[in-house]
Amino acid sequence: MSILVNKDTRVIVQGFTGSQATLHSEQAIEYGTNIVGGITPGKGGQTHLGKPVFDTMDEAVKSVQPNASLIFVPAPFCKDSILEAAESGIELIVCITEGVPTLDMLDVKKRVDELGLTLIGPNCPGLITPGEAKLGIMPASIHMPGSVGIISRSGTLTYEAVKQTTDLGFGQSSCVGIGGDPIPGSSFIDILELFENDPQTEAIVMVGEIGGTAEEDAAEFIKNNVSKPVISYIAGQTAPAGKRMGHAGAIIAGGKGTAADKISKLKECGVNVADNLTEIGSTVAKVFNK
Amino acid sequence: MNLHEFQGKELFAQYGLPVSNSKVIYEAEDAQKACRDIGGSKWVVKAQVHAGGRGKAGGVELVDTPEDAISFAKKWLGKRLVTYQTDEKGQLVNSILIEECTDIAEELYLSAVVDRDSQRVVFIGSSEGGVNIEEVAKNSPEKIIYEAIDPLCGAQGFQARKIAKVLKLNNEQTKQFTPMLKNLMKLFIEKDLSLLEINPLVITSGGLLHCLDAKINIDSNAIYRQPEIVEMHDPSQEDPRESEAAKNDLSYVSLDGNIGCMVNGAGLAMGTMDTIKYFGGNPANFLDVGGTATQERVSKAFKIILDDPEVKVVLVNIFGGIVRCDLIAEGVLAAIEEVGVEIPVVVRLEGNNADLGSEILSKANIKIESINNLGDAAKKAVELAK
Repeated sequence: MSILVNKDTRVIVQGFTGSQATLHSEQAIEYGTNIVGGITPGKGGQTHLGKPVFDTMDEAVKSVQPNASLIFVPAPFCKDSILEAAESGIELIVCITEGVPTLDMLDVKKRVDELGLTLIGPNCPGLITPGEAKLGIMPASIHMPGSVGIISRSGTLTYEAVKQTTDLGFGQSSCVGIGGDPIPGSSFIDILELFENDPQTEAIVMVGEIGGTAEEDAAEFIKNNVSKPVISYIAGQTAPAGKRMGHAGAIIAGGKGTAADKISKLKECGVNVADNLTEIGSTVAKVFNK
Repeated sequence: MNLHEFQGKELFAQYGLPVSNSKVIYEAEDAQKACRDIGGSKWVVKAQVHAGGRGKAGGVELVDTPEDAISFAKKWLGKRLVTYQTDEKGQLVNSILIEECTDIAEELYLSAVVDRDSQRVVFIGSSEGGVNIEEVAKNSPEKIIYEAIDPLCGAQGFQARKIAKVLKLNNEQTKQFTPMLKNLMKLFIEKDLSLLEINPLVITSGGLLHCLDAKINIDSNAIYRQPEIVEMHDPSQEDPRESEAAKNDLSYVSLDGNIGCMVNGAGLAMGTMDTIKYFGGNPANFLDVGGTATQERVSKAFKIILDDPEVKVVLVNIFGGIVRCDLIAEGVLAAIEEVGVEIPVVVRLEGNNADLGSEILSKANIKIESINNLGDAAKKAVELAK
């Protein structure tokens, strides 16, 4: 078992023929991901990386029956692409693109929620179920099938958590980067719930950062709804207030969203917080050895 | 991206919101003509900087003569205004807003933000204006209303009436407020705002609502579709290294420590700063070189980091995901050579081909500490910075 994706997931890539999409689709196919085709308006009928290209999602659905979409289109067009996938009934939509306007996401999120679909991202590394399927831009080599579920708001921090759990031999059930934007498609809570119900996952690593109150909300959810051990690391303990730290969502505003608040709330709710980025793996080990 | 007060008020005026007659001046001698054009016998002169708390810092005055307006302008133009919201260097004043004087009966508060929890644009209103809203929220939360607007329906009349109750508006004022709320929401959506604040929104002695201040932030992700807003950008209000970095698509925030940081990925960059602090050091900056750390970007990043005279050592922390670490190592070497880095550099490479990358670095003639473990690399940087 795993969450959201496995080797049977039928993936369609939106913006398929672009350079980033090509690079990462090639690696995904090599990893064993079942990519069934792609969409680039105006290039329908061509073949790319040995897969069919369609002009519209409608044609792709009729022809190759995808159930997940991976989006690489430029930020100005993401709203259109996400809605195209959503209205075509694609159950899982993963949007990698960074820089999507926040107000576009307000509209998109409302529609995706109404349709009951899952959106991951935007501004995220995607998700992977090690050994089965990779829908994203993460380096495949650091992953290993195993028992730890990983959720993170940041790409490279996810890789740190992955590497550390691989090095210690635990491996991962699935890893989900929910993205660093203020309005993410899926929240920590959405993914925590999936890991809680996944038999392969024995512990959950949640990597958060300053800004917003997603970690505090997740802490409350964990206390009431998650029976598996949760290990957390929060980045941005040294970040100054009022500055946007790279990610659009990483800003301490009006005294809210500080790392200290998040850490104390997590601890209060029984989460094992790693003091330092280098101790995520060892904190997992401590939990398993208890 | 932030706007000046006068730019915010220009947008307000475009959307039919009540603002004062005013002129912006860039030269002190223009103050006299500005006062005459506006008319009246009293004027408010306001230094324009991207920071709040200007009044308490002496950046806002009421003047009785155009000569006083000139001397206020002379005093501030080209100087830096330090408020509780700026750093100790303050913000450069390069324009002054001169406004007709408004007689105030009541000061109220109104703002709108993109609220992450409800995933809506939320208006925040309070009968307590002209003060710090966070204080009001803490001490008398009952005086604040939060009203979420549906993105597809827009602001409705009932929502305006609901907010008006908390603002304690009378019937006439409520009638004035309803189109104001709708127009503010329209402005928020059409110009891709992330924050809009009117503090204070006042009731004049004549009983009318009036916008006395305007604070507006624009969503940087949406700037590409706001050509009019791009024109309003004032780089003098930003840290010069931060603007230089932004031009090169690097994300940089200046801090006050002495360990320069170059990292790929925003989260890892923050995590690296924290790790430095954890081992007793102080980061000089936040810098995300992005997913593809090419030689060109690394060179630019080195230049920006080294422009800060406080920096005693640079810690490079790259998690080679898709990019191979050996290529990054070569890029780092070339960049160090090109820029002529003379202070110690600690490099931590992890991920794809990390060992090969370290080997390349250790063979180089330049003084580089190559350490693959992040904790050890951070400790080394802290030691070298002492």
